[in-house]
Formats: sequence, structure tokens, C-alpha cells
Amino acid sequence: MRSLNDPQLLREIIMDHYEHPRNRGLVDDDSYLKVNMNSETCIDDLDIQVKFNGDKIEDVRYDGEACAICTSSTSIMSELVKGKTKAEAQKIIDNYMNMIYERDYDPEILEEAIAFQNTHKQANRIKCATLGWNGLIELMKESEE
Amino acid sequence: MLDVAQIRKDFPMLNGKTMQGHPLVYLDNGATTLKPQVVIDSVCDYLTNYSGNAHRGDYDLSHEVDEHYEKSREIVQKFIHAKRKEEIVFTSGTTDSLNMIAYGYGLTHLQQGDEILITVAEHASNTLPWFDVARQCGAVVNYIELDETGRLTLENVQKATTDQTKIIAVAEVTNVLGYHAPMKDICEWAHSRGIIVVADGAQSVPHQVTDVQETDVDFLAFSGHKMCGPTGIGVMYGKYELLKDMKPTRLGGGSNSRYNSCGVVTLKKPPYRFEAGTPHIEGAIGLASAMGYLMNIGMDNIYQYEEELRQYCIEKMQKLDNVDIYNPDSQGAVAFNIKGVFSQDAASLFNSYGIAIRAGQHCAKILDEFLKVSTTLRASFYFYNTKEEIDAFVEVCKKGDDFLDAFFK
Repeated sequence: MRSLNDPQLLREIIMDHYEHPRNRGLVDDDSYLKVNMNSETCIDDLDIQVKFNGDKIEDVRYDGEACAICTSSTSIMSELVKGKTKAEAQKIIDNYMNMIYERDYDPEILEEAIAFQNTHKQANRIKCATLGWNGLIELMKESEE
Repeated sequence: MLDVAQIRKDFPMLNGKTMQGHPLVYLDNGATTLKPQVVIDSVCDYLTNYSGNAHRGDYDLSHEVDEHYEKSREIVQKFIHAKRKEEIVFTSGTTDSLNMIAYGYGLTHLQQGDEILITVAEHASNTLPWFDVARQCGAVVNYIELDETGRLTLENVQKATTDQTKIIAVAEVTNVLGYHAPMKDICEWAHSRGIIVVADGAQSVPHQVTDVQETDVDFLAFSGHKMCGPTGIGVMYGKYELLKDMKPTRLGGGSNSRYNSCGVVTLKKPPYRFEAGTPHIEGAIGLASAMGYLMNIGMDNIYQYEEELRQYCIEKMQKLDNVDIYNPDSQGAVAFNIKGVFSQDAASLFNSYGIAIRAGQHCAKILDEFLKVSTTLRASFYFYNTKEEIDAFVEVCKKGDDFLDAFFK
């Protein structure tokens, strides 16, 4: 079995989600909460939609213009949290952010998202790798209001 | 010709600074430039040996500061060939200068229905103030069409001009496409119709001989940090008669000669009426030192060398089949993309080889309407860059497909 630390595998994960983003495309449905995430320092510009059903994240959608890192990290995020409870999603988010900011994290729970474990080495890309995730965080907060 | 090896010794950042484990190759000179030791020393000298306020004290130290500060103004005058030193106003940079012109001159002179002409290639700082001024006074902003390569031509300026045109505000060299505007011809045409010409000199003044009397431009704005000077200092040049007729956008200490409790204020003469508050003294001194350094090398020499460098770069890039160049025949920055690679991703790849280039819209957010691509990479040179650095840059261009390498090194 190939190791999760194999750069070639991690690269394939990112390219796969960049070239074939999952859950991409917005829906015209008022039951979704929506936020525009627009990087102030670069071009990344995604609309994120999340449908909550009580405590559950029923669907995650996104669309817009973004680089490979931003697109693939958002695609992976959408697959990871879809169908999860908010508490489960929060745990995934916390671990992802811990990984990005070089704190302790559980690689198991992050599945394919570990492809972004080296983001800190290209510090200016942290905003790309977190844009979609921060959109989810905002919408989870909004759903509590 | 330039002795670039010798010149590079003057820049601490070119002697030991690394990025991602590689010697820094700095190709983002359109954003800001590196500083030679002589500029650093002049700033430190002020902070260390004579840091008092200007125009204030009745003691030797303050007088010494005054002398240096006013001497700096004279050096700027000489550098841009202005008629008198009172036409030089120190500002915080091009953005500040353009805002002062738009609000201090535009807003007080434009009327309902008047027209301001710009182009889609302008930087945000030569666009947004005009949008706002137009909105406030009922004027309109219209666009001079660029030719098919992205150039501003006199013919298109003439076509765009109407009886309502009162101000033409354009970059002397645009910051993404890098084409020169025929400034002298534009001024001649504009002045024959009573139109004021504002030049954004941010990308031109650092790279070529600037002669405001030759071009006859009415206002010129530029920044110190794009020409080896410190950040936070820039210049607004204006013809003296226009400055006299212009309102300061900031008021306060140092800009007035007297006022009373009834609110009657007598402003000082230009340039002091525009320099309220304690000025950026070490900035002005550093800028003057940078200008002295550049004049020593010679702006003509700098222009020629950069042209040669650019030509070398374009020829090498044109041999690659994975690169789109948007302005092969301009004189400024090289705007390009690596085919199939998002600009931000490509910039990270360059970063991982120690090469600094910019990705994105470069503050020209309506230029995409002309270029038909939303973002580009921009490599911009200065006289301290070398052909060897361009070789390193072109090597990375070839690796475009491996843009994720940056992530897994």
C-alpha cells in the first residue's frame, strides 16, 4: 500500500479534485445558506452553499473561479462533511486547521485532506487552502443564529 | 553600458537573501524595488544623527532638518526637470498623489456633465478616485479605447475626446501591459482644447528620463519605493498655476499661515499647503538619495539596459510552447500565463525556486475585459536584474506542468 506521505499520491489527490471537482455547481434553492468567499489578496472567488437539516449537513455546493489549491481543498471539504452532523464536521474542521497551522492533528479523520499537509511551506497559499473551509465555518455559525 | 555586477554589490538584498533555499531572484519590481545601501544609510543617518522636525524649531537641529528636507525637494525637481521646486509636493505615494489631484483639483473644477477620460488599463489608484469624484459632482468617466495590442494611441485619445472632456488621466506606462503612452502628443492635443492631463508615473518615472517640461504634463504622480527609495513617500508634481488653484485634501499644522476663531484660514503657498502635519522626513531624504543614485547610473542607461533585458527574456520565452505572452512588444512588465495553469499556482512554483513574480489582476481589475483572461503572471525587471536570473526564470516557465511541485518539495 502506498503511504499517505507519498508526495506522488498527495499530488494525484489534489490534481484529481482540481480537474474533477466534486459537488461543484450551485443550486437555486432557498433552503441553502450561501456565502461568497472572496480572497482579498488573490483571485480566488467562490460562492459556497450549505443545506442544513436540523443538526445535519445535508449538502455542500460551491462554484466560482479559484486556483488548484483552493478548488481541490474545497472539493475535498465538501465530500468530507456532507452527511455529517455539525459536531462531526467541527471536529474535521478543527483537525484540518490544526494541520494547516502546524499543530497536532489526527490524519485519519482528515482522509484525502491530508494532501494539504505541506501548505505551511508555501505560506502565501494558506488562504487558498482554507477559503472554502472558512466559508463552511461561516455558514455553520449562521445556521446557529 | 551598465556594470551590473558592480551595481548588485550596492544592494544588500542581492547579497545573501534567500527564498525557499535559493538565492532570491527578484522579478516583482513593478510592485516595489530593492534598496541600495546608500539609501538605507541616508535614512539611518537622519534617524541617528539629526532627527528633528522640519519647518518648526528655532534651533540649529531643526534648521539642519529643513535644509535636508528642502534639498530633497530640489533633487526631485532636478530628477523630473520641473521648472521650480515649489511644484514638488511630497505625498505618501502615487495613490495619495492621485487622490489629491482627483479630489483637490477634479472635484473643485468639474461640473455636471463634464467628462474624465481614462483607459481600462489604469491601476485602481487612477480609476477609483475618478469614479467617486464623478459621482459626487455629476461628471462621467469614459474610456479611451486601447488599440489591438493594448497601447494607448493619440488617435484614440482624439477619437474619445468630446467638448465635455475636461481631464485626461492615464498611466505613462501601464502596470500590467507596460506600454508607453505618447504623453507629449496627448498633452499638446489636450491643451489645445483646454483639457488637463494627469499622468500616473508609478511605472514610468523609475525606468526612464522624466521631463515634465518636455511632455508638458499638468500633473504627475509617482512613488519612491518603486525607484529604490523608501515606502510611504511619493510625489505629486503639478504646474504651479494649477497648484495655486487647487484645494488641499488634508488641513492642519504646517499648511496654514494664520487662522482665527471665526474660521478664517489663510493657507500657505504651494507646496506647503498640501503638506499638513509632520512630513515623512526620512522618506523624502531617502527618496532624494535614491534619485541621486539613479542619476549617477543614468536614466538613459537604465532604460537601455532594461530594454535589452526584456528583449532577451521575450526571445527565450517565445521559444517555449507552454507560455502565452500578452505584451511581447511592450517596454515594461512581461504579462503572461503558463498554459493550463492558474496564475496563483504558477507563482507558487516560481516561489519554490526563489523567484518572486506576481500573480493576479495587479490592481487593474477592468483590464480583463480587454485581455479576455481574468488573471496573469507578471515579471517586471529593474536595472539590477541579470540575464542569468532570466535564464533561471525561463527554466521554471518550462516546468509549468509540475506546478504542484511547490507543494511537495
